[in-house]
Amino acid sequence: MKPRIGFFDFTGCEGCQLSVLNLEEEFLELLDLVEIAEFREVMSGQTDSLDIAFVEGSICRPEEEERLRAIRAKTRTLVALGACADTAGVNALVRFRDAHQVRRHIYGDDHPHLATDLPRPLSEVVRVDCRIPGCPIDGREFLDVLQALLMGRPPELPSYAVCVECKLAELPCTFDRGDICLGPVTRAGCAAVCIAGGDRCRGCRGLIDTPRQAPYWRILEEAGLTEEEILKEFRTFNIAGKGGR
Amino acid sequence: MKIEVRHLSRIEGHAHLVVDAEHGEVRECRLEIVETPRLFEGILKGLHCTDVASVVARICGVCSHSHSLASLAATEKALGIETSEQTRNLRRLLAYGEIVQSHLLQLYFMAVPDYLGAPSLFPLAAARRDLLLRALRLKKLGNDLCQVVGGRAVHPVSLCIGGFSSLPEASPLQDLRRRFVAALPDFEATVELFARLEIPAFERETEYLCLQEKGYPLFGETLVSTAGVHASVAEYRSVLSEYVVPHSTAKFARTKGKSHMVGALARTRNAFAALSPMARTVASALGFTPCTTNPFHNLQARLIEVVHCVEESIRLIDRILADGLRPEKVQPPQGGGCASAAVEAPRGTLFHSYVYDDRGRLEQADCLIPTAQNLANIEADLRAFAPTLFPLGREEFTRRLEMLVRAYDPCISCSTHLLRVSFV
Repeated sequence: MKPRIGFFDFTGCEGCQLSVLNLEEEFLELLDLVEIAEFREVMSGQTDSLDIAFVEGSICRPEEEERLRAIRAKTRTLVALGACADTAGVNALVRFRDAHQVRRHIYGDDHPHLATDLPRPLSEVVRVDCRIPGCPIDGREFLDVLQALLMGRPPELPSYAVCVECKLAELPCTFDRGDICLGPVTRAGCAAVCIAGGDRCRGCRGLIDTPRQAPYWRILEEAGLTEEEILKEFRTFNIAGKGGR
Repeated sequence: MKIEVRHLSRIEGHAHLVVDAEHGEVRECRLEIVETPRLFEGILKGLHCTDVASVVARICGVCSHSHSLASLAATEKALGIETSEQTRNLRRLLAYGEIVQSHLLQLYFMAVPDYLGAPSLFPLAAARRDLLLRALRLKKLGNDLCQVVGGRAVHPVSLCIGGFSSLPEASPLQDLRRRFVAALPDFEATVELFARLEIPAFERETEYLCLQEKGYPLFGETLVSTAGVHASVAEYRSVLSEYVVPHSTAKFARTKGKSHMVGALARTRNAFAALSPMARTVASALGFTPCTTNPFHNLQARLIEVVHCVEESIRLIDRILADGLRPEKVQPPQGGGCASAAVEAPRGTLFHSYVYDDRGRLEQADCLIPTAQNLANIEADLRAFAPTLFPLGREEFTRRLEMLVRAYDPCISCSTHLLRVSFV
């Protein structure tokens, strides 16, 4: 019997599930290897048991916690799909605002049905077996992780920084044109796509395991950033702690 | 009879459909929007103008390019930055790519299973492999166009205030042009498929609203509707008002006290004559007339728009290549200001409006999302449609109502993620 996989989403933009669908030809080959048993965005129906669940989005409300626990209970391997599930992603920026006040401004009054808790990554609610970082995820990496899981070995993420991929692609350094870049401390695996597009790395894939924190902060300070500005850089995608310091 | 469909499938985001009917009368009929509010507008406050477009893209994975384009247009207008013809052409091409991608995803993966009696397209991988292959091939065209112009299929990386931070190469554009032409038989087969679908008969008059520009609406400065709205985009708040309902985390929006429709059907109705020749041929093959008031005809309207965008993309790629792609110096943004801009996103008119302080930090954001505008109209349609379905029995009753919601291609993530806010 083919392994049964499912896709689920919580608070997020569904861009990671879309990136899976965007694999197109490979997606069709995937259907020969696995059975997609649940995928609400593009299919009806639910299932009782799964081998692998890919879960996108952050957890913000008690109902979401409950739904996530139910998914955990029916699946063997649970994978956090994308930044919102992995680190709470851009959702977590709301932590730095007064949510009650924001709701009042947006909706007029603070109606009880609008209440949310602070956005959390999946791992704060259930056990997460592995993760696919990024905002959005990279389709290739999704295939790599799935392949590893189907072959029964633990998936591995690159342990080096985006900087390495950027240098290999011979892209000009973002710092040289006067912009700030989180490439030196952010986990590789995206082929430095943002830098190739003329943007900068905002750290959506999270920190590498052992970022060289002190020298990196020195570079940022040399670039003229204050402590508050440096923290702000790390907050865009809610990178852990104080941005590795 | 009471039905409750929790976490409605084959739509973007989370909504429950609740209908309560007795003795042939609909007592209650709601689309409960249960997606968690992300309070995105709180996230935006204080961001520097150069970060706003890439953060707002994260509101929606399906229409990240439209959010970026509306955002950049509002920021550029606020800061008094002009864009070149090359930039405008490339952005238009990117918008075409997103409409092709988004519409084909909805048509094949979300809508078609209803009409083929399948829970999704995947179980058809063996029996109707041709169909699934064609759906994937066509959708890939739209994605690849976004990838080439925007640098990535979801959440673009090569757009910036004033232009592009990285230009596409000529050769992938030429390649896409070839593939668009080569895909015409696939589009013909798609038209044949949709011409055969049995579209439910249901008519209800409503107001159809979209932007107006010289050609078929995509970017524009004027807002028009079938009920006589004719206003500049800057005045959109005097035309459209939002309100909170207890069963929804998305605000609903309406024109002068009534519900209205935005999106493919509104555009094809309001600007039918501006469609490309091939798109009009497709319309007649589908038996589509611009005076329809059947919301299910959103499907045909979407397919007509896909063909329009493909034909226009071919033309536009030719023009871009004939003009030659030149790197342009983009002036770094300076100072502050305020402005509103709108684009026709795949699901309808999307407004972004910003106030920047004199250091270029976002002080106030106000955005109006297409689905927030359609929600009241969906409920009004559900209330009118449900009583006609009583004789069909519970299962078919539910199925038809779900199909009606899907016909609108609601994007729930969007509608709960960015709503009006003004900070003090």
